[in-house]
Amino acid sequence: MSLSPYVPIVGLFALAAAFALFSVAAAPLTGPRRYNRAKLDAYECGIEPTPQAAGGGKFPVKFYLTAMLFIVFDIEIIFLYPWAVSFNALGLFGFVEMVLFIGTVFVAYAYVWRRGGLDWD
Amino acid sequence: MTFKLPAIDYLALAPMLVLFGAACAGVLVDALVPREWRYHVQVPLSLVALLASGGFVVALANRKEHVVTAGSAVVIDGPGLFLQGSIVVLGIVALFLVAERRLEPGGAFVAQAAVVAGSEADRKQMRKPGVTEVYPMMLFALAGMMLFCSANDLLTMFVALEVFSLPLYLLCALARRRRLLSQEAAVKYFLLGAFASAFFLYGVAMIYGYAGKVDFRGINEAVLGSSNSKTLLLIGLAMLAIGLLFKVAAVPFHVWTPDVYQGAPTPITAFMAACTKVAAFGGLLRVLYVAFERSSWDFRPTLGVIAAATMIVGAVLAVTQTDIKRLLAYSSVANAGYLLTGTLSMNRDGLKYTMFYLVAYGFTVLAAFAIVMLVRDSDGEATHLARWAGLGRRSPVFASLFTFLMLAFAGIPLTSGFTAKFGVFAAAVGGNMTWLVIIGVLSSMILAFPYLRVVVLMWLSVPGDDTPTVSVPGAFTAAALFVGVAMTLVLGVAPNQALELVNDAGAFLR
Repeated sequence: MSLSPYVPIVGLFALAAAFALFSVAAAPLTGPRRYNRAKLDAYECGIEPTPQAAGGGKFPVKFYLTAMLFIVFDIEIIFLYPWAVSFNALGLFGFVEMVLFIGTVFVAYAYVWRRGGLDWD
Repeated sequence: MTFKLPAIDYLALAPMLVLFGAACAGVLVDALVPREWRYHVQVPLSLVALLASGGFVVALANRKEHVVTAGSAVVIDGPGLFLQGSIVVLGIVALFLVAERRLEPGGAFVAQAAVVAGSEADRKQMRKPGVTEVYPMMLFALAGMMLFCSANDLLTMFVALEVFSLPLYLLCALARRRRLLSQEAAVKYFLLGAFASAFFLYGVAMIYGYAGKVDFRGINEAVLGSSNSKTLLLIGLAMLAIGLLFKVAAVPFHVWTPDVYQGAPTPITAFMAACTKVAAFGGLLRVLYVAFERSSWDFRPTLGVIAAATMIVGAVLAVTQTDIKRLLAYSSVANAGYLLTGTLSMNRDGLKYTMFYLVAYGFTVLAAFAIVMLVRDSDGEATHLARWAGLGRRSPVFASLFTFLMLAFAGIPLTSGFTAKFGVFAAAVGGNMTWLVIIGVLSSMILAFPYLRVVVLMWLSVPGDDTPTVSVPGAFTAAALFVGVAMTLVLGVAPNQALELVNDAGAFLR
């Protein structure tokens, strides 16, 4: 059977679908129902969705900025780690490439820092 | 453990490396140089980088040595170099428009894009000089476009697509006037563009499923050698085509075009109409001519229908427009149809004349938007067509130039529009796509109407009280306008040298 490698995948799909259906069906039957204001709000990551904030809908993006910077350095680590493990095999070429890569990340970092992206207020 | 390091031909990559390096330097300039100096540093930096990049392209073209480099991720061949060179040259002209600060104090760009439109802070920043981040962003976009034209596999192509798209989304949001329209344009372009990118990426996955490879040569060989069902390949190609046709603004993936062209700052609209068109068609040409050449009988009918729809819908909707920027947007849609006609001829002439068309159209559209930038009143550019009535009596020089550009768009002989259209139509006849040429000629006749209507409006109406004035262009806009008009004329009267250039470019390296 040429399809055999796909059978477990189909099984996984079925399992996932069954779990999703089961959870949705079981939650209202078994869970307690204690509603409050926060629970009835639309989910907006901590921002009050309505009514629109005074001044034309401004809301702080500090957390967003920090999260974005975190992701940049997070990705950098993902590349740094395997490079560090195989440093000897990659040699000078790998080192130079890595320095260039870190350099470009630091260009972005310098920009964010100088433009006040790290100031909390 | 040993690694085999990829051989990298740095000279072959130099045109792109120079731009990427200069863009990074530009970001640092924006971070470290005092505010009042930034503009004076950024403009020469960008200009020098573009000139250096162009110099490297010429050097590579003279080397006449076609290479696949960087682990076969990038291919440097004749057509790729021609497209890269066109992107650099059109990019320099677009940079002139972007750098213009005489028409409006502080330039066409806003100081702080995140300020709420119409608020007190927004009114205050009207007098402040515009952001200078536009220059590094333009360089990033240009380098991405160049990589897009010379990618050798679909993944590199996808990365290049994102590299040139992301700066464009941001640039669209930076118009100094009509802030809401500009922000709306950016959001629409971003959302639809992200959607198109997702289609492209899913198409790559499907094609990998069929061929087991993502490089163009590998895909082409897989089509020849495989007896598998073609379903995955065709689904993949369809999705890939959706991603690419979105960028070239082909019907039915064109709906973003008028809104984005209208909302974006006019220099950026010109940049998109000229350079993005070259890059997107460069990518499309390479994908269709190298990776899917052997499947051409599968996709030609479908893409032919899309090309026909693009020409007709673009032409018919251009007739109904009342705003000059939207009119030029629909004209850009129709021109995507003519370019597709050339592309689909799938022969050597098709490649040649499509590339020629891209350059000819790029220069004309840059000059046209340069004039749109000049026609203004106290509220900024007066883009409504009714306002252009009687402009010929006010300033005959600029009205004459615009008339010439409109005639070039309409494809009148002795302009580049005629040479270019004639070329792609002849190529399409040679490639057995005569039915498409018939539709092309008919749609050109429809499309001539809106162009000539503008001309008639400018010359035969009496100027009213609210007819805007044509500002005296600064040196930058004047230079862009001169280059655009001159090239439109030269490519129409004496196109031999340019045709020789596209002829020497030869075919794509497989």
